[in-house]
Amino acid sequence: MANHAPHALSRTRRAETLTAWALVLPAFIGFALFYALPTLRAIEISFTDWNLLRSPKFVGLANYAAMLEDGKFWQGMKLSAIYVVLNIPLQVVLGLFLAVSMDRLTKSLFVKSIVLLPYLLSNVLVAMMWLWMLDPLLGLVNGMIDGLGFDRQPFFGGVDQALFTVAAVNIWRHMGLVAMLFLAGLQNIPRNLYEAAALEGASEWQMFWRITLPLLRPVMVFVLVTSVTGSFQIFDTIAVTTNGGPLDSTRVIVHYIVQNAFSFYKMGYASAMSMTLCVVMMLYTVFQMRVMKASQNDLA
Amino acid sequence: MTTLFAPVAPPAAHRIRIFTPGRIAAWFALGLMLLITLAPLWMVVKTALMQSANLYTESDQLLPSAPTLDNFIRVLGFMTLEESRALGGSGAEINFLRAMGNSLLFTSIIVVMQISLAAMAAYAFARLRFPGRNTLFALFVGSMMVPGVVTFIPNFILIKDLGLLNTMAGMVAPFCLMQGFSVFFLRQFFLSIPRDLEEAALLDGASYFYIFLHVVLPLSITPLATIAMLTGINMWNEFFWPYLVAKDEAQQVLPVALQTFKSQTAQGQPDWTGLMAATAITVMPTILLLVVMGRRVVESVQFSGGK
Repeated sequence: MANHAPHALSRTRRAETLTAWALVLPAFIGFALFYALPTLRAIEISFTDWNLLRSPKFVGLANYAAMLEDGKFWQGMKLSAIYVVLNIPLQVVLGLFLAVSMDRLTKSLFVKSIVLLPYLLSNVLVAMMWLWMLDPLLGLVNGMIDGLGFDRQPFFGGVDQALFTVAAVNIWRHMGLVAMLFLAGLQNIPRNLYEAAALEGASEWQMFWRITLPLLRPVMVFVLVTSVTGSFQIFDTIAVTTNGGPLDSTRVIVHYIVQNAFSFYKMGYASAMSMTLCVVMMLYTVFQMRVMKASQNDLA
Repeated sequence: MTTLFAPVAPPAAHRIRIFTPGRIAAWFALGLMLLITLAPLWMVVKTALMQSANLYTESDQLLPSAPTLDNFIRVLGFMTLEESRALGGSGAEINFLRAMGNSLLFTSIIVVMQISLAAMAAYAFARLRFPGRNTLFALFVGSMMVPGVVTFIPNFILIKDLGLLNTMAGMVAPFCLMQGFSVFFLRQFFLSIPRDLEEAALLDGASYFYIFLHVVLPLSITPLATIAMLTGINMWNEFFWPYLVAKDEAQQVLPVALQTFKSQTAQGQPDWTGLMAATAITVMPTILLLVVMGRRVVESVQFSGGK
């Protein structure tokens, strides 16, 4: 570029900058309108009393103070936390099991497609299917339970069963996804590690704990962070199946937030809870990354 | 001296044996998982094909004794309300054909707009120098971390203030302009394209925009298809946002219509055969996608998590 006159150079640079801004502009508008400004506005709304009819009234930290006193808020947080604990360990273990089995047994696309299928269906669809499968009167599962001589179960309709049922349904939907993510991770592990271990006389079990699991750590962090934060925001399945009931036994935090916003029209209070939930999830993410040293790669 | 046909005996230590007890147990467990995955789908199709009069007598049988397509015809709105009620319909007026049209439109608008705009932005981030580039890119990527639970109230208020509640525009607005992951994903790919072609075109006097359209995009069909598919699947399944802003029947997308159909049934037994016919209709596109491009779907989903 040495033979270009400085003037011509600056003109191409200007063209480059202008083109760049023109290309980025539409996406930037989307970013500003639907991510950046709403995030700031959510913080602002959380300091107000606002029912969408009158103009918002600044109330300082009153919403946050009310939240700390609100038993239903704590109950919602607790239910979401219980849901995560019911959901994640089993989902990860089953997903890992499926991934290791597929890695060993088959490369069949047919098998992979079936394993992934539930994840490709919407929460609403999956909820609908399981409402039918678990129907107390006509569902196949209760038919089988009855056939085996046990009592029919209420599942979604039982105060002490509903949350478990929702968790089971979501495990059914997500374990295939977790399996496919682990499978991708497994295929990145060099085979010669296993050959070397086999020559040293290591058992399959030892290889799994000493080679497979440690080398899956980056995938594990990703799976844990996305599925824990995702599960903490569970809403769709509950909106379709139990709508928070029976007796508030599935009124998880996001359901309570949506209820406050769109049934009670307490925009400020709902926003304060949203912000709190967001902070909790961010703290968890940072903690998880720290604990599992996510940025380090053992293969590097 | 190596010949292609030399019988190569695998070392005894890791010769693959197919019928060890462990492998048989693993196959059995895998088979069980597949069964658990497929059983509900089977029951959906079976129930959809069942006559609702037989619901009580053969609800736990695995095959319908007298299969019928009436339920599909009914929920697609090709039957009068009286006919439908006679066949066990709840009388709830839901037109799944219209919901399907809405879903198709909703998904296509978002896929086309979001991917085009993301490709444009990603190209600028990958290749062009401009002030603020790195900051802006970091912000875009950071937007992936903002959970929906933070933005849905302000976004709802914005759409309401713009008078876009219960419109297609209001439904697609938050998704169609920017999605951090699409921009990130396409930028990564553009960075991996060798610069030679672009530099040659530049020396020939082509503009950056021309290069983007005629050099870079044609090389990027595969990643564009991947991200379009991921976005398409997510949007076809999206429930929360359309549920908040477009509950009007005329605008409902399939997941919202299904939820409405279910909640409109009076206390007592829902219209199961109709509900399952509607469910089967909604599942169909996903199965079709898997049958036609299974490998790409599987790899795309794996990739989305393995970045």
